[in-house]
Amino acid sequence: MRCFIGIDLGSTTTKAVVIDENQNVIGRGITNSRSNYDTAAKIAQQEALVNARFFLFRQALSSSGALNGALEDFLAQLERDFRLEQFLVQLSDLETTCQRNAEGSRFGDAGKAVSSALTEVLKRLRAEAPALFAPGAKRKSDFFRDIAGSRYLAIGEQVAKEAGMRYDMLVNVFDRSIIEVENRVYGDAISANLLAALDRTFLAMPETASRGDAVRAPIKSVLDTALEETYTVGTGYGRARLPFSKEHIRSEILCHGLGAHMMHAGTATVLDIGGQDTKAIQVDKHGIVESFQMNDRCAAGCGRYLGYIADEMNMGLHELGPLAMKATKTVRINSTCTVFAGAELRDRLSLGDKREDIMAGLHRAIILRAMSILARSGGIRNEFTFTGGVAKNEAAVKALKDLVRENYGELTLNINPESIYTGALGGATFAWRAVVEEGKTAEART
Amino acid sequence: MSTPVQMTPPQASKKPAPHAQKEDAMLLQKEMINRNYHELATAHENGRKVAATFVPGNLNELVMCFDFARSLPETNALQNGMRKKSGKMIMDAERDGHSEDVCTYVKADLGMMLGGEIGPTGEKLPTPDLLLLSYTGCFTFMKWFELIRQKYNCETVMLHTPYQGDGKITQSMRDYVVKQLKQTVIPTMERVSGVKFDIDRLRQYMKESAKAEDDLVRVLQSAKNRPSPIDGYFGAVYYIGPIFTAFRGTPEATQYYDVLRREIDQRVREKKGPITPEGEMAEEKYRLVVEGPPNWTSFREFWKMFYDEGAVVVTSTYAKVGGVYDFGFRHDPDHPLESLADYCLGCYTNMNFPQRIDMICRYMDEYEADGLLINSIKSCNSFSAGQLLMLREVEKRTGKPAAFIESDLVDPRYFSAANIKNRLESYFQMIKQKRSVAGVTAGH
Repeated sequence: MRCFIGIDLGSTTTKAVVIDENQNVIGRGITNSRSNYDTAAKIAQQEALVNARFFLFRQALSSSGALNGALEDFLAQLERDFRLEQFLVQLSDLETTCQRNAEGSRFGDAGKAVSSALTEVLKRLRAEAPALFAPGAKRKSDFFRDIAGSRYLAIGEQVAKEAGMRYDMLVNVFDRSIIEVENRVYGDAISANLLAALDRTFLAMPETASRGDAVRAPIKSVLDTALEETYTVGTGYGRARLPFSKEHIRSEILCHGLGAHMMHAGTATVLDIGGQDTKAIQVDKHGIVESFQMNDRCAAGCGRYLGYIADEMNMGLHELGPLAMKATKTVRINSTCTVFAGAELRDRLSLGDKREDIMAGLHRAIILRAMSILARSGGIRNEFTFTGGVAKNEAAVKALKDLVRENYGELTLNINPESIYTGALGGATFAWRAVVEEGKTAEART
Repeated sequence: MSTPVQMTPPQASKKPAPHAQKEDAMLLQKEMINRNYHELATAHENGRKVAATFVPGNLNELVMCFDFARSLPETNALQNGMRKKSGKMIMDAERDGHSEDVCTYVKADLGMMLGGEIGPTGEKLPTPDLLLLSYTGCFTFMKWFELIRQKYNCETVMLHTPYQGDGKITQSMRDYVVKQLKQTVIPTMERVSGVKFDIDRLRQYMKESAKAEDDLVRVLQSAKNRPSPIDGYFGAVYYIGPIFTAFRGTPEATQYYDVLRREIDQRVREKKGPITPEGEMAEEKYRLVVEGPPNWTSFREFWKMFYDEGAVVVTSTYAKVGGVYDFGFRHDPDHPLESLADYCLGCYTNMNFPQRIDMICRYMDEYEADGLLINSIKSCNSFSAGQLLMLREVEKRTGKPAAFIESDLVDPRYFSAANIKNRLESYFQMIKQKRSVAGVTAGH
């Protein structure tokens, strides 16, 4: 089947969206940009195509009725099992890579000890892997580097202690190896991993095993259907890295405008707060950009501002919003410089202000910057769509709602749960338009 | 703010810059400007006095009547900017106590003084004998000369130019300027130079000016053709070089504009596009009007962001900072002092907001532009104020998309190439998208 793909190569994450002939979103994929856009683009696209397979499984299985009633549970289990399979493949790659990097004279006499410690660490990692992907298991991140990394370090410390060796040697091997591993694309293994995952799922849900063939057949048929990459449009900071001609490249402004329109057709103003950009975009009723403004010269007030604060507070990025929501008052924090805000944060803490109240102030500071950029672009019109990573942060959303109400009155504010994919969706829609409306075919980069 | 330039290939990096393609007139212009620097360097040993003055409202014909060699601090700063020398000068001036937010032309100039007044061409520039402040719309100009006067203790004369707050030049405004010329400016110049004022000499220079102005206007308006044979911003800064600086009123300038006009006429006949440093621009995809000066420290890199995308600037307000000639004003030998007054009063930067907006809207229409781009100068508060309002108004009146970017004149730290490129590309794609939608609607 023909697939139209949009890839948004952002500064923090790379996102891909796949749409079908009828402009239905059939797959979404995300990965960390890891300062290697080539790999990030490949992996995000691959993730989106895997996600598309699951979408198609659902379609095929629900029309066949083979899993009447148990479809959602089955697919959820299948996806977890697939992630587990993928994780195990990467673990085994990590082991091989670590062992290779531990060879030679680097660790001198300790070489052997490092090697057997590695074997032990990886053994334990493998053993606990199923629990990581069990139903209801919480993972801080879905990226291999994060999941494997935090567990490797924890287990490694234990193993080093037990073996009476230096822990930093294990850390050193991991640091050298993880980049190699996360930059490998496992495209060929997908079908095999899915089939292996299917076996696991039947084991986990024995009641479905009796319908094994009826379930396998539609899945097999989906796997046999080639997902043709008909046309890809790239956007975001790494867009020039895509192996396509200029025709395939669109600015993120256009993609975010169109993506927001595709998600919420009534969109007139779009605010996108990403890692290092804040964009205010005005679109017409077709999703065509009429004007835009972006932050210039300074990234204070963007996602990175929160990232920096999270580091300063020794917290996870995703913990900031919930903390700020507990605030009983909002401390005033400057919004013009990220580093100064960090200093102010420490100052406020030393003055005895509560962490949650300071957090509320920081979220308001970000949104104040955004309000100024919105004003420059022509203000906020109804409907108003908020996108980008920061739109997932409830405290930022609350601050935005308050300031919009104060300055513009009651408006419809759209925040799509999939808003992080707005740019990629706009890209995919441009890809669809290029082929379906303009009759274009893919062109390689010259 | 302001000014023209000489054709030195700005170097993008330490690598030798590729050979830049130039028009004959550009080479001639380079010779002229280099010659002026040499004249300045040797003025005192040749017994000539030196006057320094600014580009907007410069009274070149009058200054020449007293045999002054002419130095233009803004031009010196931008020349140093293009030659990658301004960064150090600005830092030197900051170390000397000038804030980060001060106009970077001023700091480049003060930094050059601190470094021994070595000019853009490597020759030492002379201490001015006279500072002629003939346009006061930019307050920074006044402070700038105040600083120079403090340093060199040189004679200063000021011509106060009333602002066109109501959008027109009245007879009393004109009389006020002429009175200052007669009572203050001319007597001071006579005293400093020791040369008696001869109005016929002024008339003669003005005859030359008017001829050159006719040719300049014809060249700048050639951009109304499709494709435009010139870039009315990046190319125009070379064309305005002589006439906005020390050459207006000289026979060389008249000759230069004659050569230039012929060259451009020929390009129009051959339906050729503008010459860029990398050769003739291939396909004209976007026609833009630009407001605000270019960035000088990354001039070539900035220009490339346009021509690589097929964007040509058909006209710019910056190409009018040293004289707005395209709506009919000419230096008039029959009314020499009055026309000097009108010239100063009619400066682009002396026009009020409605006038500037009208001018841009007119340009958008007459040059069939796709949109307006504003390059706002970080260190120039006088002329950056209100630019967003102008942008809105032009958008509203013309229905054409506008975009806003920020950089600086000669401070290399304030040119963020990735960000500017990103915005420009977005803007060009936005124009394209709007155009294709308009095409679809028109077809229905």
